[in-house]
Amino acid sequence: MTMQPASTEIQSRTAAIIQELKDLEGPLLPILHGIQEEFGHVPQDAVPVIADGLNLSRAEVHGVVTFYHDFRASPAGRHVLKLCQAEACQSMGSDAIAAKVKQLLGIDFHETTRDGSVTLEPVYCLGLCACSPSAMLDGEVIGRLDDEKIEEIVAEVRS
Amino acid sequence: MIPRIYIPGDSGALALGAEKVAKAIRAELAERGIEAKIVRNGSRGAYFLEPMVEVATAEGRVAYGPVKPSDVKSLFDSGFLKGGHHKRWLGAPDKIPFLAKQTRLTFARCGINDPLSLDAYKSLGGLKGLQNAVAMAPLDIVKQVTESGLRGRGGAGFLTGIKWKTVLDTAGERKYIVCNADEGDSATFADRMIMEGDPFVLIEGMTIAGIATGATKGFVYIRSEYPHAVAVMNKAVEVARKAGVLGVNVLGSPNAFDMEIRVGAGAYVCGEETSLLNSLEGKRGVVRAKPPLPAIQGLFGKPTVINNVISLASVPIIMDKGAAFYKDFGMGRSRGTIPIQIAGNVKQGGLFETAFGLTLGEIVDDIGGGTATGRPVKAVQVGGPLGAYFPRALFDTPFDYEEFAKRDGLIGHAGITVFDDTADMLKQARFAMEFCAIESCGKCTPCRIGSTRGVETIDRLAAGIEPEKNLALVTDLCNTMKFGSLCALGGFTPYPVMSSITHFPEDFKPAPARVAAE
Repeated sequence: MTMQPASTEIQSRTAAIIQELKDLEGPLLPILHGIQEEFGHVPQDAVPVIADGLNLSRAEVHGVVTFYHDFRASPAGRHVLKLCQAEACQSMGSDAIAAKVKQLLGIDFHETTRDGSVTLEPVYCLGLCACSPSAMLDGEVIGRLDDEKIEEIVAEVRS
Repeated sequence: MIPRIYIPGDSGALALGAEKVAKAIRAELAERGIEAKIVRNGSRGAYFLEPMVEVATAEGRVAYGPVKPSDVKSLFDSGFLKGGHHKRWLGAPDKIPFLAKQTRLTFARCGINDPLSLDAYKSLGGLKGLQNAVAMAPLDIVKQVTESGLRGRGGAGFLTGIKWKTVLDTAGERKYIVCNADEGDSATFADRMIMEGDPFVLIEGMTIAGIATGATKGFVYIRSEYPHAVAVMNKAVEVARKAGVLGVNVLGSPNAFDMEIRVGAGAYVCGEETSLLNSLEGKRGVVRAKPPLPAIQGLFGKPTVINNVISLASVPIIMDKGAAFYKDFGMGRSRGTIPIQIAGNVKQGGLFETAFGLTLGEIVDDIGGGTATGRPVKAVQVGGPLGAYFPRALFDTPFDYEEFAKRDGLIGHAGITVFDDTADMLKQARFAMEFCAIESCGKCTPCRIGSTRGVETIDRLAAGIEPEKNLALVTDLCNTMKFGSLCALGGFTPYPVMSSITHFPEDFKPAPARVAAE
């Protein structure tokens, strides 16, 4: 079987990550985080390499990858905007905030804009419950969202 | 003396613009040619005052808040580096009523200093508990923790000392201390605050747990939604290693203990202790049946202490000041203090550590100051997404594990979400089922299927389809979930659902009647 060049590269970079982390106790999650950091998602081509490296079946690795919300099957947009939809934020109108963001971006949760600029996701609690409603943009936290802040965020991800 | 300015680096403060404030202060210092030291402290937890900037003066600290970048110029003009008066002036931080009324044991140091300065930690009593512990027999440490009455602050309220005793008594060539920092419950942020604001207290607590039980390795499992906490904890572990707090000779004693920080991957159910252990092992975060207890067969099948962040962070003060000192606070079988997190639609939101026993009404109305919107309080959810909704009629309930249980509720991780009168309790009940459906690990049928059926049934209720029959169906379903699920996700989802139905029946009336009633 001939390998696509891209897939060979994924495999070699994956192997390097495994090599670095495999001596940890319970290395699979750290490895998957490492792979996602490297590629922006967990590529299918990485799965057999992990299975081989950790002496697991591909089904076991696939099972773990798909169990956790964080691991992506395909790359996200250039920005990732997570809107908290949990109770504390609900009490401060997160529903309306989400509706407005969806309308401004023209996408629903779990979708990426056509130009690939932003992926929108719900998150259930960022631990900013005394600063609701809250969001996370590319790892940066934002509290007390209001129309003005939403517009700033949308302008930033669109630029 | 070079002036010292304290600007919190806590993610709650950052979410409210602390970084922009820091930038503005740096720019202003440069422009005015003033030399000053900026310390990035944690948060003291009064989030309605964040970003709260403090300056060290000859008379002690002076706080200003909430500071906006646009306030910075006028702060300098008012001489804030010497504590000068300004519209954001709050005075001495420990005199601010919200903070002054607290009893801070676990959070005694949180937010005061640079969280990564071990010297600052020691200057405020840090490591005294560990110093005592290294000189004690393991059984005596366990006894002291047991006698303090400390119960698991993650929500289950199991006596911490008893758990430790089981691990101590179980033979094993390797044992583990696992800290559950998968703080996924909405309205809770105590774990995040302590990890970001006083990480050494957690490291100290875990090390004491290791010495007490014969465990030499610890893991802190932090949720991925907390990148700042992960960063601070990783750095703090490095500092602790270099200083000999962690390593083969803890504080120069023959005890070995080291730890690693691990990051979750967005699964709420991993806050359940057995799924957390599976996750740490690199498996799907599926719940395990108990027995065997984790204390006997836990991580990698080895005896394991698994405790919440706050339980472990409360141990150093118990080992420092003694069991009786800690036990002296509280009521009934709920001893010591509890960091209550007041969240959601509330005027004065934040962390309030106090002895058990305040009533729910005192917490919401007096300390929280009512709703942020100024509308009447309709309901408060206590204990996160699996906690019951309490109406005002139950505001006399004292904050105590047993008292809440008597009223079909739970304290959980002590988070309180306040809702004003615009809340629709049917919608909240539906969300509880929906959340359970999203986050169920899939092991138990009542949780996996029941939650989806619950959403559908509540939708039929909302549409006014056979209301009596569907209400009876939801009730029956809740009963099945409560008794037919292995863990608290399926088992406790009925709490928010049934409490909504019981206390707010008007929200579950068929749609036409609801419109007419309005």
